Amino acid sequence: MRITRVLSAAALMLGLAVTPAVADSTPSPSASEDGGAPTEAGTSFRTATEIEQGQTATASGSTGDYLYWSFPADAGQRPTVRATVKLPDTHAAETWQIDVYDGLRRRQSCQSGAQTRAVAADAASVEVACVLRTVRAWSEPWAGDPLPGTYYIRLTVVDLATSDLGLPVDAEVRVDSKDIGGAAAVDGELAHPLVPGAGAISESGEDEYTKKTLLASLEPSGGWASGWWSDRWVWTAIGGALAALAGIGGYALTRGSGRPSRVPPGA
Amino acid sequence: MIRTQRLAAGACALLAALTAGIAFPAGAVADETTATAPKVNLVLDVSGSMRARDIDGQSRMAAAKQAFNEVLDATPEGVQLGIRTLGANYPGDDRKTGCKDTAQLYPVGPLDRTEAKTAVATLTPTGWTPIGPALLKAADDLDGGEGSKRIVLISDGEDTCAPLDPCEVAREIAAKGIGLTIDTLGLVPNTRMRQQLSCIAEATGGTYTSVEHTDELTDKVNQLVDRAADPVVVPEAVAGAGTCAKAPKLSSGLYTDREEFGQQRWYRVNVPDGWELRASVSVAADRAVSPAYGLLLRAVTEQGREIVRGEAAGNGRTDVISTGLRYPKAELEEAGDGALPPETVCLQVTHSFSPAGGVKTTPGLPLELTVDVVHGPDESSDVASFGLGRGWWLLGALILTGFLAGLVWGWLSRWRVAVWRTN
Repeated sequence: MRITRVLSAAALMLGLAVTPAVADSTPSPSASEDGGAPTEAGTSFRTATEIEQGQTATASGSTGDYLYWSFPADAGQRPTVRATVKLPDTHAAETWQIDVYDGLRRRQSCQSGAQTRAVAADAASVEVACVLRTVRAWSEPWAGDPLPGTYYIRLTVVDLATSDLGLPVDAEVRVDSKDIGGAAAVDGELAHPLVPGAGAISESGEDEYTKKTLLASLEPSGGWASGWWSDRWVWTAIGGALAALAGIGGYALTRGSGRPSRVPPGA
Repeated sequence: MIRTQRLAAGACALLAALTAGIAFPAGAVADETTATAPKVNLVLDVSGSMRARDIDGQSRMAAAKQAFNEVLDATPEGVQLGIRTLGANYPGDDRKTGCKDTAQLYPVGPLDRTEAKTAVATLTPTGWTPIGPALLKAADDLDGGEGSKRIVLISDGEDTCAPLDPCEVAREIAAKGIGLTIDTLGLVPNTRMRQQLSCIAEATGGTYTSVEHTDELTDKVNQLVDRAADPVVVPEAVAGAGTCAKAPKLSSGLYTDREEFGQQRWYRVNVPDGWELRASVSVAADRAVSPAYGLLLRAVTEQGREIVRGEAAGNGRTDVISTGLRYPKAELEEAGDGALPPETVCLQVTHSFSPAGGVKTTPGLPLELTVDVVHGPDESSDVASFGLGRGWWLLGALILTGFLAGLVWGWLSRWRVAVWRTN
C-alpha cells in the first residue's frame, strides 16, 4: 500500500503541475485591449454593439433607453457581465437591470450577481452584474443551456419616475470569463456557434462573412474552440499510466524480492 | 475586424465620392449612392415657446441653432440629411391653419453645409406645435431608398393639435416603412411632454432624451446622426399566415412582420437531413401594454406534431420579448445524401401581450424573426467529452484497479509456477 500512496502523491504533484498549464493553453481573451473599446451602445438586438471579452465598453444614453451590446463566449467559459451606470446628479429612486440573452435570443439565467438593483434618490451610480452558467459545447435542443456563440447584454432601467425619463446617463460594461476547463467538457459539438446569421455562411458553403446578413461577426480571440481538446485527456492519460505503475507494483508485491525462497538454488 | 471593415468601407465611400465628384456634377453622384444611403430628417419645433430663455442663459431657439450648426459640421459623409420645421410660418390664432404649419426647410439629400446653415439661421420662433402632421410629412420626405431612415424630433412642448395623437401617428409610420426610427428630444420638458415624446420614440424603437443644456443637445443629435450612419442589417418584410399550410416559405435571413394581439403567425422552413434549423423571434412592445406578457415559438411538423419550442415570459417595463429554438435534423445513414426531400418545419409564433387601457390595437406589434439553416453535425454519444474522465476519484479508481490487476496477475503466475513445478 505504501507504493500506491507514494504513487498517488506523485500523481497529485504531476496533476497539479499539469492542470493549470492546460487551462492556460485554451484560448482566453486578452485583457489589454482597451485601446479601441466601443463608446456607443446599440438600441436593439439588431444594432447591438459588439464588444470583446476583457474590454471595457462605454456608452452615453438616456434614462429609459435600452442599451445593447453583444460578445462572443466559447465552450468552457463562465462569463461574468458587469455594468456600471453613472446616474445624473438629481433623480428619484430607480431600479436598473441587466439581462443576458444567447445567440438564439433566449434569456439566460444568472447564477449569481446582482442582476437587478434598486438605488435611492440621488445615488451617484449603480452597479449590476450577472454571472452566467458555464458555456457548454453541446446540449440537447430542448435544453436552455448556454452554448458557444454570441451573447447579448441588455441594460435598462426597469422602474423609474416619469420625471427621470430622458435624463442623461453614462454606462460602462465589461465581460470577463473564468475558464472552467475540462470540468465542463461535454461530448458533442454544434454545427456552428450560435451566431445569428450563420445560415448564410452555411448556405454559401464558404466561411465568408458578409456584413449584410451576419448580425455578429466577432469571434473569441484565437477563434472558436474546435471542441476536441480538454484536460480530460491529460487526466485520463495520467490515470492510465498510474494504473499501469500500480499494476506493476501489485505484481511485484506478490513476487516478493528476488527468487522465491522455496525454489532450490540451481533449479 | 468590424472596425477595419468600417474604416475600409468609409475610405472606399470617400474615394468613390471624391472621384465621382471630380467626374460629374453633384447631381450625378446621388444616383449611385442614394439607394442604400442612410437618411436622417431633423424635425425642429419652431413654435412660439422656443423664445423662452432657459437653456444656458440663451433662448431655446438660439440653443437649437447653435446645436444644428455643430451637427451640420459633424455629419458623416454619405448621410443624407434634411431639415423640417413645425410651427415656423403661421403666427395667427386659427387652430386649423396653425396645425398644418410644417415646412421642409432643407430637402433630404446630399448635404450642402453652407446652404443648410443659412436656412437654419433664418428661423424665428412663431406658431403652433403640430407634431403629428409634421411627423407624417417628415416620413414622406424620407420615402424611397433602402438605407436606414431616422427622424430626429426636437420639441419644447407637447402637441397642440389634438385629436391626432402623435404617438399613434408614429406607430403607423413605423408600420408602413421598414427601418424607420423616430428619436425624440425634449427641450426643458415637463411630465406630459416627457410621456408624449417617449411614447413617440417607443412606438418606433427610438430613444427619448431630455435636454437642458446646449452641449447635451449637440452631443445627442450628433450621436443619433452617427447611429443612422452605422451599417445595419435591414430585415425583409414578410407576412406570416394564420395556418401552416398557407405560411410563406422562408430561407436563412432576417425578417420582419406585424402580429396583432391574440393573433398567431405561421412560417415554413425547409430543413434537409443533417442540417440544423435555428430560429429566434422577438416581439417589441411598441405601445403601453399590461405588465405581464409572454412569447411562444414552436417548431411543428406539417402533421402538427411539436418538435421543439422556445418560450419566454416576463413582467415589468420592456422593449422587447424574445425567444428562440434550434432543431438539429439527424443525418440518416441508410438513406444516401440528398435521397430524401428536406423536411418542412412550420414555425408558429404567438405572444401574450395585452394592450393597456385605451391603446389602439392596430397595427400589430412589430415582430422580428431570424432564420438560420446551418449545415453540420450535432450529436453526442456520451455526457463527458469523448467519454474521458477527470478528477482524483478517477485516478484513485484507476490506480486501485491497476494494483488489484497486478496482484491477481502475480498470484496467478505464482500459482501457475507452483502447479507446473508439482507436476
